[in-house]
Amino acid sequence: MVTTYAVTQALRGGIVSPARVGAVINRNVGALRSGPAYWMVLFSGFFEPVLYLLSIGIGVGALVGDLTLKDGQVITYAAFVAPAMLAVSAMSGALAETTFNFFFKFKYVKTYDAMLATPLRPAEIAAGELLWAMIRGSLYTGAFLIVMVAMGLTSAGWALLAFPATWLVGLAFGAVGMAASTYIRGWQDFDLISAGQFAMFLFSGTFSPVQDYPPAVEVLIAVTPLYHAVELIRGITTGSLGWAMLGHVLYLIVMMALGLYVASRRLTTVLCR
Amino acid sequence: MIYARGLVKRFGEFTAVDGIDLEVAPGEAFGFLGPNGAGKSSTMRMIGCVSRPTAGELRILDMDPVREGPAIRGRLGVCPQTDNLDPDLTVFENLTTYARYFGIPRPEARRRAAELLEFVQLTEKSGSTVDPLSGGMKRRLSIARAMINEPDLVLLDEPTTGLDPQARHLLWERLFRLKQRGVTLVLTTHYMDEAEQLCDRLVVMDAGKIVAEGSPRHLIETHSTREVVELRFGDEPPAAYVEKLAGIGQRLDPLPDRLLLYSDDGDGAVDEVHRRGFTPSSVLVRRATLEDVFLILTGRTLVD
Ligand SMILES: Nc1ncnc2c1ncn2[C@@H]1O[C@H](COP(=O)(O)OP(=O)(O)OP(=O)(O)O)[C@@H](O)[C@H]1O
Ligand SMILES: [Mg+2]
Repeated sequence: MVTTYAVTQALRGGIVSPARVGAVINRNVGALRSGPAYWMVLFSGFFEPVLYLLSIGIGVGALVGDLTLKDGQVITYAAFVAPAMLAVSAMSGALAETTFNFFFKFKYVKTYDAMLATPLRPAEIAAGELLWAMIRGSLYTGAFLIVMVAMGLTSAGWALLAFPATWLVGLAFGAVGMAASTYIRGWQDFDLISAGQFAMFLFSGTFSPVQDYPPAVEVLIAVTPLYHAVELIRGITTGSLGWAMLGHVLYLIVMMALGLYVASRRLTTVLCR
Repeated sequence: MIYARGLVKRFGEFTAVDGIDLEVAPGEAFGFLGPNGAGKSSTMRMIGCVSRPTAGELRILDMDPVREGPAIRGRLGVCPQTDNLDPDLTVFENLTTYARYFGIPRPEARRRAAELLEFVQLTEKSGSTVDPLSGGMKRRLSIARAMINEPDLVLLDEPTTGLDPQARHLLWERLFRLKQRGVTLVLTTHYMDEAEQLCDRLVVMDAGKIVAEGSPRHLIETHSTREVVELRFGDEPPAAYVEKLAGIGQRLDPLPDRLLLYSDDGDGAVDEVHRRGFTPSSVLVRRATLEDVFLILTGRTLVD
């Protein structure tokens, strides 16, 4: 709803033209076709969460046993970890594009300088790159959802609903990652981003319910973004919907909007001097 | 095409473009000549509606660059000082992908890309990526890319810097053909021969200001003498001869390796040097060029 409203407003205000956003996405499709190295990256991005699912979900799951959710539903540990891996894969898929690749194009190969000499506007570039990042992430999450359904970790119906939720997760993290990338000075700053990503990966209710942590830590986790992504997606794949999910959705939408806004502004201030 | 009054560009405290006035008419080939840091690229980026003027009035194609940027850029072709071709795409895709930014439909983009590659003689490289291309080939591809939207106004920032003479001549010939088709060209250069070859009219820029304006011939006639004598001496530095030769010709300029003597009658001036009893190790009488104009106006050489 909020997204639709924001998008319609942006279109009406002439801030973004769908055709020009499409042209930015088209560039990335071309790059994907021409570079074999890119496929390798895509491939590894898919396997990482699957390996975690197998090793931790199944392996550790055998030690841990079943879990009881807040609504009383009892699920296997693998079914608990799988949606978290799905959220992580949506996050890292989009982030890979909007941090590493974005920075490279922004700073070194000057892709955006070339684009800005055409009718493209900074907001259109940011929107195109973000949508592409989301598409890339959804290649992972789509494949991962198929694995989940095949392993009986969710139903096909819930998987269909979880898929668009992973898009939102990709858009939210992708946008914030892009905004951060415009501030990055050099490759060493990426270590910071990776560290943050890894910390979230470990402590966002991914491998154990946040209720198991002391209350103070629980609050701390509740403000970090991956927690909201994991909770939203876990709610869907386990079929336990609740009103709290609207809060998660809202959180992710705000992330996306803020990230996009900052990224477009920074493109303008850095490149249009 | 371009109209500017009191155009200023500041980066923080530093003033890169310091109040310039410009007018470029349709079909004209207009040049900015100036040394490093003169403010040529900064001006070009303002004309290209990428960088916002700090002060002054600027109109491009009779539109306002700040409010109507995308509409103006849709009718410009821009070849930046440093190539920013897309390394992830083939030569052909560099053109077709760029065409999409202008909203050119796919089949039309392909048709134009093929035609432009022919025009810049890169058809054989069509399927190659950009990295293995030579500097001259990249430059030609950049120019082809700038033409993809059939622009009314083409901005070329140092189109031939760093190219060998053969590549430069090929580029000049292509640019000359564009000019014949009625495309308005605006270019910057450090090379006076390039300015003389390509420009109907030019401005000499130095430290953000326009120090002279006119056709290459006009500039030479108004600011320099008809001929220049280049004198080299074996014994003493050229500066030592300024006093000894004072009064010969209209002006004497000592450079580190030679002394320039400006005179409408070069041979007469050489005779006078000999009459005073000096024997230079080498003497060259030549026609004045824009380089001389630049030296006279700014006290510095163009290419350092
Ligand atoms: N983005 C920027 N930030 C700060 N200073 C800048 C910026 N761009 C240009 N300058 C400064 O403005 C001055 C003019 O630069 P500009 O690139 O316009 O010169 P130029 O005439 O194109 O020189 P060159 O022949 O070397 O290309 C230089 O002193 C440069 O350092
Ligand atoms: Mg320059």
